Amino acid sequence: MEPKIGVYVCHCGSNIAGTVDVEKVAEFARTLPAVVVARDYKFMCSDPGQDLIKNDIKELGVNRVVVASCSPQMHEPTFRRAVQEGGLNPYYFEMANIREHCSWVTEPGKEATEKAKALVSAAVRRVFYHQPLENKEVPVHPDTMIVGGGIAGIQAALEIANSGHKVYLVEREPSIGGHMMQLDKTFPTLDCSACILTPKMSMVGAHPGIELLTYSEVDYVSGYVGNFRVKIRKKARYVDDTKCNGCGTCMTKCPVKVDSEFDERLSKRKAIYTPFAQAVPNVTVIDREHCTYFLKGKCRACEKFCERNAVDFQQEDQILDIEVGNIILTTGYQQFDPTPVKEYGYGRLDNVITSLEFERMVNSAGPTSGHVLLKNGQEPRSIALIHCVGSRDEKYHTYCSRVCCMYAMKFAHLLKEHVHGVQVYEFYIDIRSFGKGYEEFYNRVQKEGTVFFRGRPGEVTDVAQTPEEKGKLIVQFEDTLVGKQRRLPVEMVVLCSGLEGHKDAQDVAHTFNISLGKDNFFIEKHPKLDPVATMTDGIFIAGCCQGPKDIPDTVAQASAAAARVLALISKGKVEIEADTAFIDEARCSGCRVCNLLCPYNAISFIEKDKVSRINEALCKGCGTCVAGCPSGAITHRHFTDQQINAELEGILV
Amino acid sequence: MRYYAYYPGCSMEATGAPVEKAIKTIAKPLDIELVELKDWTCCGSSPFSGVDKVKAMAITARVLAQAEKSGLDLVTPCSSCYTILHEANDLMKEDHKLAWQVHEALTTIGLNYNGTVKVRHIVEVLYNDVGLEALASKVKRPLTGLKVACYHGCQQVRPEYGYDDREYPDWLDQISKALGAEPVNFPLKARCCGSSLVISETDMALDLIHRLLENASDNGAQTIVSTTCPLCHTALDAYQPAVNSKFKTHFNLPVLAVPQLIAVALGFDFKQAALDGNIVSPRKLLNPYFNGKAPAATDKEPAQKAAA
Amino acid sequence: METKLKPDFLDEVASIPACGKINECIQCGVCSGSCTTAAHWEYPPRKIIAMVRAGMKDEVLNSSSIWYCVSCYLCTARCPRDIKPANIMHALEAIALKENYKPPTKTTTMYRSFARSIEQNGRIYEFGFMLEYFLKTNPFAALKMLPMAFSLLTHKRMPLLPKAVAGRHELNRMFQNISTGGYR
Repeated sequence: MEPKIGVYVCHCGSNIAGTVDVEKVAEFARTLPAVVVARDYKFMCSDPGQDLIKNDIKELGVNRVVVASCSPQMHEPTFRRAVQEGGLNPYYFEMANIREHCSWVTEPGKEATEKAKALVSAAVRRVFYHQPLENKEVPVHPDTMIVGGGIAGIQAALEIANSGHKVYLVEREPSIGGHMMQLDKTFPTLDCSACILTPKMSMVGAHPGIELLTYSEVDYVSGYVGNFRVKIRKKARYVDDTKCNGCGTCMTKCPVKVDSEFDERLSKRKAIYTPFAQAVPNVTVIDREHCTYFLKGKCRACEKFCERNAVDFQQEDQILDIEVGNIILTTGYQQFDPTPVKEYGYGRLDNVITSLEFERMVNSAGPTSGHVLLKNGQEPRSIALIHCVGSRDEKYHTYCSRVCCMYAMKFAHLLKEHVHGVQVYEFYIDIRSFGKGYEEFYNRVQKEGTVFFRGRPGEVTDVAQTPEEKGKLIVQFEDTLVGKQRRLPVEMVVLCSGLEGHKDAQDVAHTFNISLGKDNFFIEKHPKLDPVATMTDGIFIAGCCQGPKDIPDTVAQASAAAARVLALISKGKVEIEADTAFIDEARCSGCRVCNLLCPYNAISFIEKDKVSRINEALCKGCGTCVAGCPSGAITHRHFTDQQINAELEGILV
Repeated sequence: MRYYAYYPGCSMEATGAPVEKAIKTIAKPLDIELVELKDWTCCGSSPFSGVDKVKAMAITARVLAQAEKSGLDLVTPCSSCYTILHEANDLMKEDHKLAWQVHEALTTIGLNYNGTVKVRHIVEVLYNDVGLEALASKVKRPLTGLKVACYHGCQQVRPEYGYDDREYPDWLDQISKALGAEPVNFPLKARCCGSSLVISETDMALDLIHRLLENASDNGAQTIVSTTCPLCHTALDAYQPAVNSKFKTHFNLPVLAVPQLIAVALGFDFKQAALDGNIVSPRKLLNPYFNGKAPAATDKEPAQKAAA
Repeated sequence: METKLKPDFLDEVASIPACGKINECIQCGVCSGSCTTAAHWEYPPRKIIAMVRAGMKDEVLNSSSIWYCVSCYLCTARCPRDIKPANIMHALEAIALKENYKPPTKTTTMYRSFARSIEQNGRIYEFGFMLEYFLKTNPFAALKMLPMAFSLLTHKRMPLLPKAVAGRHELNRMFQNISTGGYR
């Protein structure tokens, strides 16, 4: 079919026409080879503008369309649709960007018009060589996997399961709940954290649509949006979860005591244990690194006393192979360990504690039954809370951890509640109380008598300079609002340490083929407009694994990710853009250079044919393999050498 | 034999003389050869930086340029010199205008500096190049039962140029332990002695020195083992009587620079270890060790709550 | 007392080597909170930086504050923005000396004597430099130091004669070159 090209030069109001002489450009276009019609129009993206194209296709037999207007990011889909509605394959269309690339960045005058002409000429020559292409459609598997069973994962799981679709919820700890389970009260409402979380946990545990895989990790992921294959390792609990009813007898009989991770090492658990009383599932697990049987071959007390014969030392890890259409990562955060901040004395001085340690202490189900206590067992009469530990700091994390100001104020409130007559001092650089009810909470805490000092302390020391300081922890700081260095003796110091990405975030990113930022949090597709998607279609992120945030924002993101997944499931299929690469197997020498070059793992080597083959659903059309192939065997649809060379000619001629 | 270019610094010829002598004493037995730079001049550290930064950096660069010619690592015992030499190296890499000005100045005296000198501290050389094991193996007089407070001072550890920890360093503690001594907890081990202002703000400096002596004494130290910095040694040693006079205290804490301690442990005599240069005399404290009647070790694991 | 603000002061300070990051200060106060001698500063280090940013050149350079910096570098080690307050203080000292400000402190004299000792000898001649300093400021204060000076002398830690090294000529050539280069 002989190419008959229609060129449409848009004025875009005065955006283009104010700088470029659009009529001259259209006049020029008429002189180009194979152009049968060239028009200029005020707003090509409008309905009448689009109709111009459709009419010319019908009446003048135009079979290639060039629109010279704005960026393809704005209206490529619009014009491709118009072309398609006119009866042509949408890939017979090319856009010349004479706005962002020309009129917006050039002074008005001859130069701008000449550049626009060159861009149009390039587009015309290119579109001559366009081929009809079809977008592929792949089906979307209706099951979803959610990795991480904290509040984000729980929320997303319930949203999806409640819509009638199956969810696999994978959690690496023995129980779901995450860090939220460790908290005492939540700001600003002062809801008891466990009280609002456990009902959701129970729902997850009881939901017929959620397959709960705790004490499990994802080993391997392959596939593409709508069709992922995942290998999940269910680690051996050495307890049969179909038999164990969580009665707890084994725990009372076990002789081994281990620092409790859930209680931030402030109390002990047993080698056979559930991490906390309200664990879901309420099934124990044996920690083989500390269990006497695994270390020395003796004991087995738990097995002896279990009335349900649930203990099974022969249990092995189980590998599950599942297929899902979409994955949501809700792997959460870990707390910044303030040990390297030597000037604050964590680990060296008694009674300097972290925020999670404080949460456990003030929690009535915690190691001290809700009493805030010094190492000597007494209640403190004065406490300092230091903000921004490990955050906003070039030496540790440059970002602000967002929640610390609020939880520090929450601590102040709880202290006034729990310890009669206690004096509470907060040391801050800025107060970030940005959310709904947060500023009011700040005001409330001030009313309750907590004193706020603006000044990040230089150090916490036990070296007294006066008799009043003896035996105390001295916070040395500048009261910047007064302009003098001061030393404040207190009995306890709480370091409000920040949130950071998990130490194995790099491995997780690699497993799921998503990007990790410099700050060790996963990278979203767009920080403002697409915070729950990633550059890998079908993989979504929600909650603190994307960046530090409070519970309201976490829940909102989890629901957002769930909605995105449900949209894909509901549509049932996903369109893959046609500009993918393909390998001419006759030319392929089997060198496999392309296999390693592909950033999306889209190319595999077919042993029996000794050639490489591209999975078009995974291919994102980046072109790296095309450039790298030493045999020139790979073609990039819609970006062929012929098309690109033609485009260059158009500019140079 | 390990060779190093050596830059003693101005104070080593005067107030730091005993420290310098002790370093020379222990160098040979530890297979260290210190090749002193010829015709060296001041390093340009504070207070010179407080007069003119560019001129200060230029004279620092002269030292570096001389050292570069030797092709050896540049070792210095003075903490002030150590920190300014590192600072010059770093600043000239980032601040091109400064680098150009310094280069111009160097060419007027026929020198050139290409930024290749590795600046090291004599204590770091003892810790890393000689090593604790080698040191321990050469000990003839284990200093058992000697309770020491190890003082690093500030400029050796801050800003960070790869020497130990910037808040709670413990290399001197480890060296002391390797010699058989018992380091005590000493929270102010890396705090300032005030010697850079001891001439013009004597009272203020005496306050700071008093704090250090008190902290060491409160923690049970019999002696302070100081780093090789001549300013720190002088502050704690020579000014100790002035502190006692001002605060009506009775500190009698001999201040042994670490090479002096090593010299004693390696078997050298009082004079060879330059202990006769100390103003607070260590004779009474160290006599048992010289007479072969060292007390027994008190703890298997010395009581030290140093930060890990 | 109403003083005039000097808006160029911030740029002047920022252009001195090692002081470029002064603009990034978030005024958190860690420097002042860590400062070993903060009790003596009329305006603690953080406030000095704020005053530099405000262009309060005369207040800063007429105050004795910056002259109490002992270069312990606790501020520099702990600053969350990697700013070097100690270097900034020394840079301000240099400006004060060049422009002949007279803050109420003897440390200015001490620095000048120190610099002169280096120019004359190539190295610090401790006895001479101290002598010059005490004669210029308060000879009676020197008497208080006498016992200590005496014990240093008897312990061979205070050479009485200067040892001018040949290198001093090279230093002075470099100083000449820099002075005429004019980097400001």
